[in-house]
Amino acid sequence: MYQYDQYDQAMVDARVAEFRDQAQRRLEGKLSEDQFKPLRLMNGLYLQLHAYMLRVAIPYGTLNSTQMHVLADIADKYDRGYGHFTTRQNIQYNWIKLEDAGDILADLAKVEMHAIQTSGNCIRNISSDHFAGAAQDEVVDPRPYAELLRQWSSFHPEFMYLPRKFKIAVIASDTDRAAMRLHDIGIQIVERDGEIGASFYVGGGMGRTPMIAPNIRDFVPLDQLITYAEACLRVYNRYGRRDNKYKARIKILVHELGAEEYTRQVEEEFAHLLEQGIEPPIAELERIKPYFADPAFEDGPKTVDRSDPDFALWVDRNTHRHKHDSYVSAVISLKPVGGIPGDATAEQMHLMAELAKLYSFDECRVMHTQNVVLPHVKIADLHTLWTKLEAAGLGTPNLDQIGDIIACPGLDYCSLANARSIPLAQKISERFAANGKQDKLGELKLKISGCINACGHHHAGHIGILGVDKKGVENYQLSLGGSEAEDTSLGKITGRGFDEAGVIDAVDTVTDVYLAQREDGERFLDTYNRIGMAPFKEALYD
Amino acid sequence: MIILTGNDLKTGAVVWWDGVSWSLHVENAVDVGDQAGAIMAREEAARRVNVPYSIEATKDENGVRPAHIKDRVRALGPTVRPDLTLKPADPDIGEWVI
Repeated sequence: MYQYDQYDQAMVDARVAEFRDQAQRRLEGKLSEDQFKPLRLMNGLYLQLHAYMLRVAIPYGTLNSTQMHVLADIADKYDRGYGHFTTRQNIQYNWIKLEDAGDILADLAKVEMHAIQTSGNCIRNISSDHFAGAAQDEVVDPRPYAELLRQWSSFHPEFMYLPRKFKIAVIASDTDRAAMRLHDIGIQIVERDGEIGASFYVGGGMGRTPMIAPNIRDFVPLDQLITYAEACLRVYNRYGRRDNKYKARIKILVHELGAEEYTRQVEEEFAHLLEQGIEPPIAELERIKPYFADPAFEDGPKTVDRSDPDFALWVDRNTHRHKHDSYVSAVISLKPVGGIPGDATAEQMHLMAELAKLYSFDECRVMHTQNVVLPHVKIADLHTLWTKLEAAGLGTPNLDQIGDIIACPGLDYCSLANARSIPLAQKISERFAANGKQDKLGELKLKISGCINACGHHHAGHIGILGVDKKGVENYQLSLGGSEAEDTSLGKITGRGFDEAGVIDAVDTVTDVYLAQREDGERFLDTYNRIGMAPFKEALYD
Repeated sequence: MIILTGNDLKTGAVVWWDGVSWSLHVENAVDVGDQAGAIMAREEAARRVNVPYSIEATKDENGVRPAHIKDRVRALGPTVRPDLTLKPADPDIGEWVI
C-alpha cells in the first residue's frame, strides 16, 4: 500500500502543529466558536449530540495492521473503547475531548493518517472498491488512480471552498461495489482497444435530492485524468449555487444545466486546461503504482473442508472470489445479530489488525457497507481465520443478507438526525435471525438513514428506511427497489410512514410478499423490478 | 419551562444550566424565564459553555424532561449504549427518552 513521501509527511505534520495551536487558542478564549468551527471542521472535528466527534480519513478504505492498531489505541486512550466505521470507508470516534484533539492527530500522523478534508466543502476522502487489487473481475487495480486523485485533491488551493462537499469514487470493474454512480464524480477505470482510461460519471448523489450520475465521457486517457477531473470541478466551482446549501451539490448543477450542456462546458474547460499543462507527469503515477503491486501469492489448496456447516456457511456468504485461485477475500462482519452496524471495540480492532498481519499480507480494507475485508487470505488459512473471528464475535455469516444492514449513527449520536437508526437495525436483525427468515431471503440489502441527508444510503437500499420527525415523534418511511450496484436505482416510497414497531412489521410484510412471489433465482430486487410496487403496497396498506 | 443547555468547551459533554453553573444532569436544570439570552451571552463569553441554546421542558414528579426527543437523547446518552449513559443502572432509560 502507499507510503508517504517527505512531502506527504511534512504536510500532515504541519497541519497537526497548526491545529494544535488553533485548539489551544480556542481553549484560551482567543478564538470564538464561530471563528474556530471552520478550522476544526477542516480537521474532521465535529460537535455532535454528546461530545466532539472525530472523523479519521482512511484513503480508499485501505489500512495496514499498524494503522489499525493505532485506531484501536485511540479508541482506548481517548474515547470509550470503540469506534464506528462509516459509509465513506472512514472511522469516527464519538467521545473526543477538544483538549485531546491535537495529541490524537499527532498519533495518527505517526502512522501516516490524518483527519484532513473529512468535513467541509472540499473534496473528501476518495473511496474505492473494497476488493481492489484482489477482485478477479477488475481491469486493473483502481487504487493507484485513487491515490493520484488523493494527492491532487489534498489542499488543492482552488477547491478548498467549493459550493458544497464533494465525493469521488474510483472503481475498475463492471461490477460496482462502491456506489460509484451515487457520487459527485464516479470514475470507472476501463480498457478500450488495449488502452487503459477513465470513464467519468458526474452529478450523482443521495441526500434530499438523490440523483444517478450520467456518463459524461466514456474514455479519458490516463495522461489526462487529473486534467479532466479539474475541468469537472472548475465548472462546478464557477457555477454551482452558493446561495442555497440544499441546491449547492454538483448534482443540482448538472441536472439544471442538463448533462449535455454541463459536458459541453467541461469539455471547453478541458481543452483550455490541456494547454496549461497541469497534468502531473506520468512518472508520478508510475512512482505510485509499485506501492500497490501484488504481494507474493503462493499456490495452495483451492477448496475448503466443508464438514463443519457453520464454517461452510461463512465461507459461502463472507468470502469473495480472488484473482489468484488459492486465495479469497474474507469479509469480517461488523453486524452481529442485534449489534450496532459498523461499531468495533478496541479489542476487535486489535484482533483484526493481527489477523491482517497473519493472514492478509498486513492489509485490511474498510467497506462502505461498514464491514472490514481481509483482501488476500489463503484458502488454506480460512478455517483458522474463521475460528478466531468466531471467538471474538466477528464471524457472523451475513454478508449482503438482511442482517447486513447499513445504518447511520442516527439520533443516538448525530446532531442532524431526526430519528434513531441503530435500534431499528438491531431489532430487524434480531427478528430475521430469530424467525429463520434471513436464510430464506438470499441477497437483500437494507439501509437505514436517520435523516434526509442519507448517510445510511436508504435511497439505494433494496429496502430503504428513512427516519423523519413527525411533530416530535420518530416516524419511518419505507422505500423499495433501490440499488447502489451496477444496476443503480433509487428506491420508491411505499406510502405513509410507520412508527418504530410498525416499520419493523412492514419489513416483515414486504419480505413475505417477496417470498410468495419470487421465481427461481430471483433476488428481492429482481422480484420487485418484475412485479412492481403494487403487490407490496397492497400487503402493507390494504 | 425554559431551560438552557450546551456543551462543555473542553470535553464536549452535554451540560445544563442549574442557576449557578453548568451541570451534567438535566434534573438540575432550572427555569430561566426571560433571562436565557443574557445568561447564554455571559457564560459563552466566559468560556464556561460552548454553543448554548434554550429549549422547552416540563417538570413533574419525575424531574425535568426536555420537550423534544433530541434533547432527551442528549440528556441521557445514546439509547443503544445504556452502559455509556449517565444512569447506566436505570432500567427505565428507554421509556425516559422515548
